[in-house]
Amino acid sequence: MSPDSPPATVVVPNSQTAAAPGLLELFMAFAKMSLAGFGGVLVFARRAIVDRYRWMTADEFNETFALCHFLPGPNIVNLAVVFGSRIRGLAGSVAAFTGLVAPPFLIVTCLAMIYARYGDVPVLRRILDGVSCAAAGLLLAVTLRMMLPLLKQRDPIALVVLVAVFVAVGLLRWPLPQVLIVAVPASLMVVWLGRNRVVS
Amino acid sequence: MILVGSLLSIALTFGALSLFAVGGAAAAIPEIHRLAVDVNHWMTDTQFADAYAISQLSPGPNVLIVSLVGYKVAGILGALVATVAMCGPTAALSFTVSRILHHAGSSPWPALIQKALVPVSIGLMAASGLVIAMTADRTMVSAAVTIVAAGVAFATRLNPLWLLVAGGFLGFAGLT
Repeated sequence: MSPDSPPATVVVPNSQTAAAPGLLELFMAFAKMSLAGFGGVLVFARRAIVDRYRWMTADEFNETFALCHFLPGPNIVNLAVVFGSRIRGLAGSVAAFTGLVAPPFLIVTCLAMIYARYGDVPVLRRILDGVSCAAAGLLLAVTLRMMLPLLKQRDPIALVVLVAVFVAVGLLRWPLPQVLIVAVPASLMVVWLGRNRVVS
Repeated sequence: MILVGSLLSIALTFGALSLFAVGGAAAAIPEIHRLAVDVNHWMTDTQFADAYAISQLSPGPNVLIVSLVGYKVAGILGALVATVAMCGPTAALSFTVSRILHHAGSSPWPALIQKALVPVSIGLMAASGLVIAMTADRTMVSAAVTIVAAGVAFATRLNPLWLLVAGGFLGFAGLT
């Protein structure tokens, strides 16, 4: 196996997954899921990769996503890069990444031009104000949904970390790097000290 | 020369943020707001709220809000530089890590790190919600629209796009 060939875990053909896609197919697939993805692409990515094309089993997808979730940066961008690399190496990464980002980038840039030209027109102003209010609500709902499992676990230390980060970044508006340099090691230490509870 | 200066400033700002964006793009909103509005004075509060709204109205990854910030600073080139700077470093990191970690293996660290990052990223998401609500809601009515939208989105599986459209209609009618 050359060092550039994708890891055996995913490439070994089995009855559950389909043949690995080519570069153009990768690009098109990510472009499609990206353009379908309003308010986040992840759901569409899972549907396409696992259900529609069967390029990965649900477990492989979850494992890949877990890796992408603990890396910094836009999760779905990381997912495209990692998925592309596992299928077709560096070229696969570039194809998946470009498919994911380029088409919506063109759309958003067109909207930016329209906004730059007509952003002060009263009607558009009112519409955007209304959309902003709803968008804020959507973000709050997503946060609440993510918070539920944590509340159910009754893990007081995790909640302390959550509230501390919220206060530092949301209320005090401290710079993110400074907050993370304290919060991440602190949270990691707490999790590490309590790991036997979790593992056993 | 001025353009080169702005492009460099965009590249450095978002390139650095890329590696600190724990929890994804939505969790980085407070920092993007702080950098774009408070530190660099690239845009006003309202323009930032608009940029967020536009990024939600268009399909694709949430990270594209940085394209809108970049566009405001330096046009199309600015949008391109901001997007590449925000995605590039973390994409390179993901690529490298996925090559090294061929299989999850027996190391407990990835799972521990992930567990440790969960409350941090939810705290950041909550801060994002607050920052966007503070920039978007200037009246009691608009705050009420936010709360109702949050309730509907939380309780139902309605496509978020419909809520944004509904918000746009309410705004058009002059209610927000």
